Amino acid sequence: MMTMNCNATFIYSEEFEKYRFNDDHPFNQTRVAMTKDILESENKLDKEQILLPRKATDEELSLFHDPSYIDAVKRASVGNLTEDEGFEFGLATEDTPIFANMHDAASLLVGGTLTAVDAVLQGKSEHALNLGGGLHHGFKRKASGFCIYNDGAIAIKYIRQKYNLRVLYVDTDAHHGDGVQWAFYDDSEVCTLSIHETGRYLFPGTGNINERGLKAGYGYSFNLPIDAFTEDESFMEVYESAFREVVEYFKPDVIVTQNGADSHSFDPLTHLSSTMKTYEYIPLLAHELAHEYCNGKWIALGGGGYDIWRVVPRAWAQIWNVMTSNKIFTGDLPTDWITKWEGKSPVSLPSTWHDPEGIYKIIPRKAEITEKNRKMLDKALQFTRNKMKFSN
Amino acid sequence: MKTNVFTLPPDAPISEAIKLLNDNHIRHIPIIDKDKKVIGIVSDRDVRDASPSIFTKQVDPKELKNAIKTIMSSPVVTVHPLDFVEEIAAIFYEEEFACVPVVQDDILVGIITEKDMLYTLIQLTGTHVQGSQIEIKVPNRIGILPEVTSIFGKRKVQITSVLVYPYKDDSSYKVLVFRVQTMNPLPIINDLKAHNHHVLWPNTSETE
Repeated sequence: MMTMNCNATFIYSEEFEKYRFNDDHPFNQTRVAMTKDILESENKLDKEQILLPRKATDEELSLFHDPSYIDAVKRASVGNLTEDEGFEFGLATEDTPIFANMHDAASLLVGGTLTAVDAVLQGKSEHALNLGGGLHHGFKRKASGFCIYNDGAIAIKYIRQKYNLRVLYVDTDAHHGDGVQWAFYDDSEVCTLSIHETGRYLFPGTGNINERGLKAGYGYSFNLPIDAFTEDESFMEVYESAFREVVEYFKPDVIVTQNGADSHSFDPLTHLSSTMKTYEYIPLLAHELAHEYCNGKWIALGGGGYDIWRVVPRAWAQIWNVMTSNKIFTGDLPTDWITKWEGKSPVSLPSTWHDPEGIYKIIPRKAEITEKNRKMLDKALQFTRNKMKFSN
Repeated sequence: MKTNVFTLPPDAPISEAIKLLNDNHIRHIPIIDKDKKVIGIVSDRDVRDASPSIFTKQVDPKELKNAIKTIMSSPVVTVHPLDFVEEIAAIFYEEEFACVPVVQDDILVGIITEKDMLYTLIQLTGTHVQGSQIEIKVPNRIGILPEVTSIFGKRKVQITSVLVYPYKDDSSYKVLVFRVQTMNPLPIINDLKAHNHHVLWPNTSETE
């Protein structure tokens, strides 16, 4: 393992929690505060490393979104949009209901990601982390899948326009990173790689191997749909092979990762069977490859993650530890953190960084799932492998 | 159906059909007379059967100078613009071919292929748009569908498509498959269970 201490920026504001649809909604930004808390308990986060997010301007939002959509969100924010008008834009639905000041709350998440981009690309730090971002389902003129504005897509447009760099986007959320993929589907300067639970049952249903891009962008969109009940070993095997091969093929200038933490077996919305092992490995590989290919330039975002008590804070804290020290936390969780949050949690909090054995029932189809994922991986990478073979 | 149809007159040489097939990546050519009436159809396989082996090295094989009418299939099964997709699917299934010309007042107006059929099937399943899939086993009785769909309506969740399948060999049950535009199907699943519906997927454990 590399031993290194890197400069990194942590984007944070309590105002992230204003992005809240309603009390029953699974998307809950308290998980970001819990992550910050656990890092402070471990003495891994200094005040000097924290940057406040700015609010994205309308001009920045319209790098990706349609002005009519931005206008609709603004009107919804002040109760000036009827439900029928909202439906056209995916607003006022069960997934993305209207709430007061939703435009400001969503613009702050986007601004946080832009702040992270500037921190890295202006040389303030090698890496930056905005756990408030990663809202990859937002479309040009449609809210969907808990996402209003798509900070990842806006940030990549911003990087292209302001810094003119080639971007590799790697999305490990359990749901397909559709909004970002379609935003750059015909662009050969932006490569998207998404590993997710197969869309046969799960939202959004897309993310098939054969979605490879269009026109100039053909061959710059990669999808790795893994089977339901995939466990750590197979997840990590697919992730490692694909990430290593795609980064070598594309040779990006900067890496943006979306770090949804909803592939864990505890997550209520998905059907994968990862444990903390996967979330320890995800940032370690991203970190290694960012240094090998991009002089360290790596911007990491949050994303999904709906077991905010037992899963997300541990998973996301590992990203920051890897960013700053290339190490993962092991052993017991800080007791003051457990004391602080256990009263609020409806489930009992874990006591260690790793998951113990046997947190889910044995998967009888394990061998079959592993084999199927391997076949899928080979098919997904066939195009790249052929291209590499003939161009070398 | 496609309305831009590549056709040939009956006296055109077979070589012309080969060129048309290759240039336009198509597999069937309706043969029409002066009044645009369909008098035959030629597939890429008909043309291949009429061509010399790839192992013979003729520059300009005489076989390909024969008129296309000598190899065309006739009479032709055609359909009407008002026919239903499922009727055409039945033709493809029963006749074991993969293309029918569309004819109105005896005049060729379009063409439908197996690929168009598959495209329509994808539209019907709703898998081309964002959504989650929910499968429910229900008793096979009148009024069950509105009972179930009202649960989705109350939750303001858009249904993209509904399919009804038989439940194994048991005709007293059906399986309803919904594609719905939501990332969080849990409230609906809870509502369905509260109404004593048997949700087959999403299931919570692999072994269920």
